[in-house]
Amino acid sequence: MSELEQLRQEAEQLRDARKSCGDSTLSQITAAMDPVGRIQMRTRRTLRGHLAKIYAMHWGTDSRLLVSASQDGKLIIWDSYTTNKMGPLVPSLRSTPSPLRSSWVMTYNICPSTCWGGMLPSPAALLDDNQIITSSGDTTCALWDIETGQQTTTFGGHSGDVMSLSLAPDARSFVSGACDASIKLWDVRDSMCRQTFTGHESDINAVCFFPNGNAFTTGSDDATCRLFDLRADQELMMYSHDNIICGITSVAFSKSGRLLLAGYDDFNCNIWDAMKGDRAGVLAGHDNRVSCLGVTDDGMAVATGSWDSFLKIWN
Amino acid sequence: MSTTNNIAQARKLVEQLRIEAGIERIKVSKASSELMNYCEQNARNDPLLVGVPASENPFKDKKPCIIL
Repeated sequence: MSELEQLRQEAEQLRDARKSCGDSTLSQITAAMDPVGRIQMRTRRTLRGHLAKIYAMHWGTDSRLLVSASQDGKLIIWDSYTTNKMGPLVPSLRSTPSPLRSSWVMTYNICPSTCWGGMLPSPAALLDDNQIITSSGDTTCALWDIETGQQTTTFGGHSGDVMSLSLAPDARSFVSGACDASIKLWDVRDSMCRQTFTGHESDINAVCFFPNGNAFTTGSDDATCRLFDLRADQELMMYSHDNIICGITSVAFSKSGRLLLAGYDDFNCNIWDAMKGDRAGVLAGHDNRVSCLGVTDDGMAVATGSWDSFLKIWN
Repeated sequence: MSTTNNIAQARKLVEQLRIEAGIERIKVSKASSELMNYCEQNARNDPLLVGVPASENPFKDKKPCIIL
């Protein structure tokens, strides 16, 4: 049998295996759930200080400090309670306050041997005190040893640039979303791709794990967010609307996973009922694309960053 | 030469698909129920979902100061 024939057969078997698990839908299972009702949040803080588009932000582990990165080449560390700021600065890991170390690494491209001064927006995830996973710009992801600056593992398999990473809560695996419209689940230790999820029709810009690690959500240029389950190995829900026609840049879950927050190119952030699929609210207030967002570890607030150079804190 | 590369690539893809096809799966109904249960069990500890009383909100609106 030719390789092409084999490929087609294997793909069909995979498709059939998934279908045979499709005994219901998430919508059917959650039909009896109470809807979340209208979710309304107010802007509690506006963080002003960047001089250009903000492209990344991350909360510190204390749910109070956050770091943001802008196209003007600067990083700012904010106290979100008081709006006081440190910076703009080009920090070193050592000078960064401890609750922020993982955040700093996530917003600042960390190719230790080459890019301390570089400010490329790169998806990254801090694995532990000394290891970080990044996308390597050539469709692969890489695991780095921070101290030696060496790449210790490569994760290859995507056929498009990797735009976003999310580390599983147990840190044993991570998912990558790419411009090939697929998401891959990787085992950190053996670097194997365990699962590939398809369904999106364009570049995937954002991925984020559901709090219990059994599912993840994605945001794409195809104007939809989707929910994929790891153990059912398939898409469970799509979050879309006929009058939403622009791409999604960023996604995050609220603490219980019930709310899905997504930042869009049309300057808004939509709040979706992750279980029932309905839109539950909107965060409107930015004057340009929402490029990044994040929910605090304690679940108390969501921060949005925008090309309008501001960050807003909402709850 | 490129045909050998293509064949090697196709073989790798076939191998990868076999690995992915061979995993154990659970039914969508079970996966969905468990996600739903997780949300319900954690709902009251989700401030963005249930709201935050002003007294407990670290981000409550700052009141303007008046210099007496």
